[in-house]
Amino acid sequence: MSLVEITKLTVRHGHNTVLHNVNFKIDAGEIVTIVGPNGSGKSTLIRAIIGALRPNAGSVARKMGLRIGYVPQKLQIDPTLPMNVRRFLDLPTRVPNREAREALEEAGAGDLASRQMADLSGGQFQRVLLARALLNKPQLLILDEATQGLDQPGSAAFYQRVAQVREHLGCAVLMVSHELHVVMAASDRVICLNGHICCEGEPEHVASAPEYRALFGTGTGGALALYRHQHSHSHDDACEHDHDHPHEAAE
Amino acid sequence: MSFLDDFLIRATLAGIGVALAAAPLGCFVVWRRMAYFGDATAHAAILGVALALAFDSAILVGVLGVSLAMAITVSSLSNKGYAMDTLLGVLAHSALAIGLVAVSFLQGVRVDLMAYLFGDILAVGRADLAIIWGGAVVVVILLVWRWQALLTATLNPDLAYAAGFDPKREQMVLTLALAVVVAVAIKVVGVLLIGALLLIPAATARPFSGTPERMALMAAGLGAISAMLGLQMSYQYDTPAGPSVVVVAAVFFAIAAIVAPILRRSGH
Repeated sequence: MSLVEITKLTVRHGHNTVLHNVNFKIDAGEIVTIVGPNGSGKSTLIRAIIGALRPNAGSVARKMGLRIGYVPQKLQIDPTLPMNVRRFLDLPTRVPNREAREALEEAGAGDLASRQMADLSGGQFQRVLLARALLNKPQLLILDEATQGLDQPGSAAFYQRVAQVREHLGCAVLMVSHELHVVMAASDRVICLNGHICCEGEPEHVASAPEYRALFGTGTGGALALYRHQHSHSHDDACEHDHDHPHEAAE
Repeated sequence: MSFLDDFLIRATLAGIGVALAAAPLGCFVVWRRMAYFGDATAHAAILGVALALAFDSAILVGVLGVSLAMAITVSSLSNKGYAMDTLLGVLAHSALAIGLVAVSFLQGVRVDLMAYLFGDILAVGRADLAIIWGGAVVVVILLVWRWQALLTATLNPDLAYAAGFDPKREQMVLTLALAVVVAVAIKVVGVLLIGALLLIPAATARPFSGTPERMALMAAGLGAISAMLGLQMSYQYDTPAGPSVVVVAAVFFAIAAIVAPILRRSGH
């Protein structure tokens, strides 16, 4: 079966329906990216997958004994909490020194073990978070806007690192991102989310779908071309269902 | 005859027992920015004293019950749109006021309120000592057992969920431990100073700690030493016992605050 299979998921925050009737699954070894504007429910979907919130309707089925490596959107470590990198890797379960060292090297943070988390730069911090997520040999690596606050080269380097890790561990990767051009080029499948799933498919397919362009405009199509050649034909059959957002995509 | 016959030794052991449990718990109070949580729970304890006297039950039971109720109230209200500090401020002061009003209704019972506000460590008997150490051991075992989960939940609730812990349950564990510490400490340092014993050693240990464990151990040591020195001071100079313990802890904090930046500058 799939690693995670979500059926007809609906999540409400108060009276506000954040996710409506979302179906989603991810298979072993797949790289899937979720894109969508602010408030589209991306993080909510991730939180449902890791079990941090209870759906109002629908179901979230995880494969038995699924090992998830989770890199949160942001991690604010209170300055009153002393925490060096090595100790941080011991959460939630203690790991032998050798494994900790290997994970740090895998994530490109090999020389940081004795540093305080609070003293790390943004890029170093994200690599340490990645290293921690790798420790339980995850079958599914989840990155929730993991490069927020990193500059362009920093986030490109981070995603390259993720791609290497995937190659090495063979885990599935589920990413949320705004940085469409960087992430989409590396993805097997892209899901465009705005409270419901607008469209999904291969990166080129989604980038040229009218639903996607309605949300992001056409500018990102050009950015995608940095990595993939532009597809000029349009997929009018990308979605059949109704959308509650405007579709005046300016071409 | 045993060495427990000496009231000063009983008092010192009581102080150490409370400090050993309060300090590591206080670290979580500091890390989670719930400094007022200890106060709120402690202030509610006065209401517990009043209720226990009214219903003629053991003080410990009344205090434990009300502290728990308070802690659960705070936990469940904390994500309902009030800022934590506001909520705790409201509850802490209300609980103290309600407790004081409730005490005034007790006819014919003369309550030495000062004893509960500031503690009466020199009057600690053998039974009290057993309760204090029993409570302290329970709290320390609870903290050691849930340590990793508590730390993960303190860092980030979603990390805890991803690891299969329920951060709400861990919050409950802390709350429970806090109620136990307040209940057993009320006799030693009193309601008004419990917060001090939770916070001051933890805050003092922070600049010298690279890991959470080190901070907790150091805080426990500082708390125990403060209890010992404070009681000596109280005995020598005839100062009130509970406040003397807190004064010593505060002096340690002041020294740490002066020394830490100097150490950091010289590269440690």
